This record gives sequence, structure tokens and C-alpha cells, in this order.
Amino acid sequence: MDDSLPLLVAVPLLGAALLVAGGRLVPRPVAETVGCAVSAGTAALALVLLLNCSPPFLEWAGGWTPVDGQSVGIVLTGDGPGLGMAALASLLTLAALAYSWHYFDEPPRGHAGSFPALLLLFQGGMCGFAIAGDLFNAFVWFELMSVVAYALTGHRVEEARAVQGALTFAVVTSLGAYAMLMGIGLLYARTGELGMHRIGRGLDAHGRPDALVLAAFVLVMTGLLVKAAAVPFHFWLPDAHAVAPTPVCMLLSGVMVELGAFGVWRVYGTVFSGPGGVPAPEFERALVALGALTAVIGAVMCWYQRHIKRLLAYSTVAHTGLFLIGIGVLKPEADDGIALYVLGHAGVKAALFACTGILLDRYGSVDEHALHGRARELKGVAVLFVLGALGLAGLPPFGTALGKSVTEEAVGGPLTVLYVAASAVTAAAVLRVAARVFGGLGPRPEVGSGYETTGSGERPETRHRLSRVPDTMTAVPAVLLAGAVTVGVAPGFAKVVAHSVNETGSAGVFTSVHWTPDGVLLGLVSTVLAGVLAFLAVMRPKPFAAPERALPLRRLQSGHVGDYVAWVLVGTTVLGALTLPGMLGG
Amino acid sequence: MDVFPYLVAGWVFLAGCYGLATSRNLIHAVGCLSVCQAGTYVLLLTVGYRDGATAPVFSDLKPGSRPVVDPVVQALTLTDVVVGATVTALLLALVVQISKRHGTVDPDELSELRG
Repeated sequence: MDDSLPLLVAVPLLGAALLVAGGRLVPRPVAETVGCAVSAGTAALALVLLLNCSPPFLEWAGGWTPVDGQSVGIVLTGDGPGLGMAALASLLTLAALAYSWHYFDEPPRGHAGSFPALLLLFQGGMCGFAIAGDLFNAFVWFELMSVVAYALTGHRVEEARAVQGALTFAVVTSLGAYAMLMGIGLLYARTGELGMHRIGRGLDAHGRPDALVLAAFVLVMTGLLVKAAAVPFHFWLPDAHAVAPTPVCMLLSGVMVELGAFGVWRVYGTVFSGPGGVPAPEFERALVALGALTAVIGAVMCWYQRHIKRLLAYSTVAHTGLFLIGIGVLKPEADDGIALYVLGHAGVKAALFACTGILLDRYGSVDEHALHGRARELKGVAVLFVLGALGLAGLPPFGTALGKSVTEEAVGGPLTVLYVAASAVTAAAVLRVAARVFGGLGPRPEVGSGYETTGSGERPETRHRLSRVPDTMTAVPAVLLAGAVTVGVAPGFAKVVAHSVNETGSAGVFTSVHWTPDGVLLGLVSTVLAGVLAFLAVMRPKPFAAPERALPLRRLQSGHVGDYVAWVLVGTTVLGALTLPGMLGG
Repeated sequence: MDVFPYLVAGWVFLAGCYGLATSRNLIHAVGCLSVCQAGTYVLLLTVGYRDGATAPVFSDLKPGSRPVVDPVVQALTLTDVVVGATVTALLLALVVQISKRHGTVDPDELSELRG
């Protein structure tokens, strides 16, 4: 147990190197088996470490332990939340590899190892970011994760839209990463430390926060919030999700975006939460405001999409907003709830993307309108898709419902309404798609305004259009949904998650997490609301279609990289403005 | 502490951002992203700079005999350069591919993904 933490990063990296070196020589099944074996091994290691991480432990990579409290070594943190995210990332990578098993078409012909190798690199980056205990390494893993994600998004280089989406993603996220590095530089200038705990203590020793602390906070948070796709940093996400291959979407939406939110939680909790950092009310105001805006805009834009992958991408934006609110209120119960919510959401969202991938590979389209009634014969996939939608709405006993209800009770007041509304609207959009595509219900929708990405005429990701859906492609979403349910129903699981989150995060306050009557009721309310909305939208498309006044909101998503960069700068300024007042006054 | 180099770092970063936001050519945009990153180099090196100090190479220097600049930020800058090289290479490759598929490198004409 003692020094196996770096293996979480080293194993996938070595596996990727092996696949890149030997991928040309071996046949495809061998390369894919190696990929699955490596990611499964890493997942197993992460789970074993996770079970043994109470109390949390630190590890100095390469044995560079501190001397007299001074260290230049790289510190890795083995605590519940970090190892939990690493395990989630590993398991989803395994799911993505299994999903693409044998059927996924690889563009570099005769190089069977390239796609699994990239996925393993991605896994290594995500695991590294999750367990990074010092800020500069967090930045390096952040960049590794991002660069691999750009490459994976543009993996089908022959497609015009794929490279365009990848470039937008790359420019916006890299800019965020450089802003984060600026912030890290400022923190190092103040404290002379890179380890998160030691930076936090250094800031506290310096006394009251000043302009430098504020600037560092805003810059570091900009990088993390770009990753987490908070409004107005979110514009890259729908474009990237619309063009990325399906297994990659599963990872991007299932865990990478959540890692941004996790980074916000980790960095605030260890670096800025002391008396020398950013005061709690300021952090709360900034994060709850941005989170609420994110949830509203994500849900509204989700409702107006007809490109199914973009629709799911906006639903991820909306849910990230909910995660950020939960992190922002700084309550131990909300942290527990968000941890469960993230786990449940990963299973549900990845399953929904997997089902969409089946549609794409069979019908060559992900356009809700063009697919109207065409997927009637896919009964099994229809069931999985509807179950995914219900999980998104927060129907008990899904893990999403448990996490959502715990968070709702913690945040209280009008924010509870936002939780119910955002999850209901995003789930209703997915149910609407299910009813139209798999059921052929309602009148055939008319052609839209034209200012939108339709999703018809996409190329399937398999070599040929599927005549029969392979078992792996239906088994993966089924397993993922089963996992999402398990999070909610497994006895004691929620308590273990809550315990490990509180052990690291909430300064000794332990809370108990369980289903409550109110929580179940709220989950049912949002599910019923989603069902009603979806029914009305399918039966009476006219009043529920995008109205003229929604057009300005759509126009913001212009696909122009310069606009997105400008919005990142606006977002940074807003973040600074939201945090500034308390720094001046108190 | 002299505040001037910090202002330069911020200025370079913002100049890169301005270029990114108004760019009419993707190759120019990738260059602007590198300019943003140059701002981070300036900042890191400024943080580690000490007046009258020498490079932290101890082959012909007795440790403690004279001040040296902070080697940590130099290591960080080197890592940053490596990261930047990777990102720039990948971005330029994507631009080449965009030029092939769309026949243009003007972001104003790439409007397929919207709404």
C-alpha cells in the first residue's frame, strides 16, 4: 500500500507507450485486449487503494520527503475523493474501451493501438489530476488530460466538423490552463511553496488576503471552471461533444468535466479556505451565482437542441451548474450529496451517450427530427435510453436521485427549486427524444430556424452501418445504468462515500447520508415534471419549440473561437467582481 | 520588489488574448495562444529572479558562496515550454487539417457548429 500511489499514473502511461510501440505489429484484438487489461488493472488498483485510504495518506514521489518541513518533491494525495475520482475515471475508461471493442473504426489504418493508447493516456492524465497534491503537478496533469482530449475529439481527422470542434476546445481550454499557471506563479511568489497544503498555510501565515491572493484565486479558478464548463466558460463543451467519437463523449461528460468541479473543491478547500485566503461568503457568492447561471442556461439550451449529442452535452452543462452550487454552499452534507450525484451522473450520462452512439452507427444520424420513428425496432436500446432519462431526472432509487436529494436538503430554499427544475428540464428533453426517435410519437417536427446544428448526415463511427447492434454496445450502457442504481441502493455505500468525503473536506464534521421522505418526494416530482413536459412537447411541438426570443441565446454559441475567448475573459472579470467586495470591506 | 516585470507579464498575456479574440486567421490565433503562454514564462522567471544572483549551477560554484536565482521556477518554466510545444504542434496539425477539409483558415467562415 505504501508506495503504489504513483502506479495509478504510471501503469496507464506504460500501457499507452506499449500500445504505441507495438500497435503496428499486433492484430486489433490483441491491442484492444491489452488496452482493456491495463485500464482494468488500474481501476482495480484504484479501488484497492480507495478501500485502504482511511485515514488519508500522502506520498512523496521518488522518495523526496520533506527535510525540516521544506520540500521540493512531488506530493500525491491518497484520500477518498481523489482516489474515488481516479477509480471512476478508470472504470469509465474501461467502459469506453469495451464499448468501442472491435466495432469502432480507427482512422490510422493498420495501427490498431492508437485509439486504446490515447484512451489510456487520457486515463493516466485524469488519475494524475485526481491525486495531485501540489498545484503545479495538477497543472501538468490538467494539460496532459486536455491535450489527449483534444486529440481524441479530433480523432476522426477526415471530418470537417471534428477538427473544428477540437480546435475550439483546444484553444479555450489551453487559455484557461495558462491562466491557471499564472495564478500558480503568483501563489509561489507569495509563499514559495507548490504543495497545496503548504501554500494554504503560507497564505494564512502572511495574514489578511490582498490583491495578489484575489488575482491568484481568480486565475486558478478560471482554469478549473473552463474545464468544468461553467457559464460563460462553457462554449467549447457542446462543440467538442457534438464532434467527438462516442466513447470519448462518455469520458468527457462522465468524468472529465466533473474533474474540473472536483479541482475547484480541492483547491478552495486546501489552498484558499484559511484566514489568508478567500473568505467563505465571497466564494459562496461567486460559485452559487455562476452555478445557478450555468444550470439555467444549460437546461434552456438543452431543451432547444435537436442534435442529440449536443443535447446531452448541454445537459452536462446544466448538471455541472448543480455540482458547482453544491460545492459553493460549503456544507459537509452538500459535499456528500455532490459526490454521490457525480457518481450517479457519470453512469447515467455515459449510458445515454452509448445509446446515442448506437443510433449514430445504425442510422448515420443523431438528428432528433430526421430520426423520427426510425428506431422503433431497437426495443432494448429504447428501454436503456428511457431509463437513462429517468436517472437524469432523479427518479429514486438512482444514485443521481440520492445525491440530488441530499444536496437539495443542504442548500435549501429557492436553490432546491432550481435543482428540481434543471434536472426535470434536461430529463424532459431526453424523454422527448426517446418518444420521438424510439416511439415515433407525435407529429413529425418541422424544419427549424436554420441557426442550429442539426446532426443529420453524420458519418457512423463503425466501419459499416450496423445491421445488428453488437452485444458489447448494449451491454456497456446496461452495466453503467446498473452502476448508477447501485450507487443509490447499495446498503452502506452512501455512508462510505460521505465518510471519506468528510474525512478530507469538512474539518471533522461527519454527516450521515440516507434516503429521506422529502428527498424521494422531490425526486418523484422532478420525474413527473419531466414526463409531463416531454409529453406536451411531443404532442404539441409548436408552443414548445424555440421561440424567437431564444435566438440571442443561440447566437452566443456561434462556433467562433474568438467569441469564446472573449467570453472567457468576461467570465474571469465576473469572477473577480463577485469575489472582490468582501476583500475590500472586511 | 520591482512591479514592472509583473505588469509586463500581464500585458503580454492580455495582448495574446486580444489577438485570439480578434484573429482572422487560425495560424495567427495559434501564435497568439503562444504569446499568452509567453506571459506565463515572464511571470515565472520574474518570481524566481534575484538581484545580482547567478544561475543555480553548482559545478564551479561553492554552495552558499553567492546568491543564486530560484531553480524551481526555472524547472517550472521548462516544463511549461514542453507543454506549450506539444499544444502548439497539435494545434497547428489541427489547423492544417481544417485548411484541408474546409478550404479556409478564417474562423469567421467556420460556422458549422452553432446554435
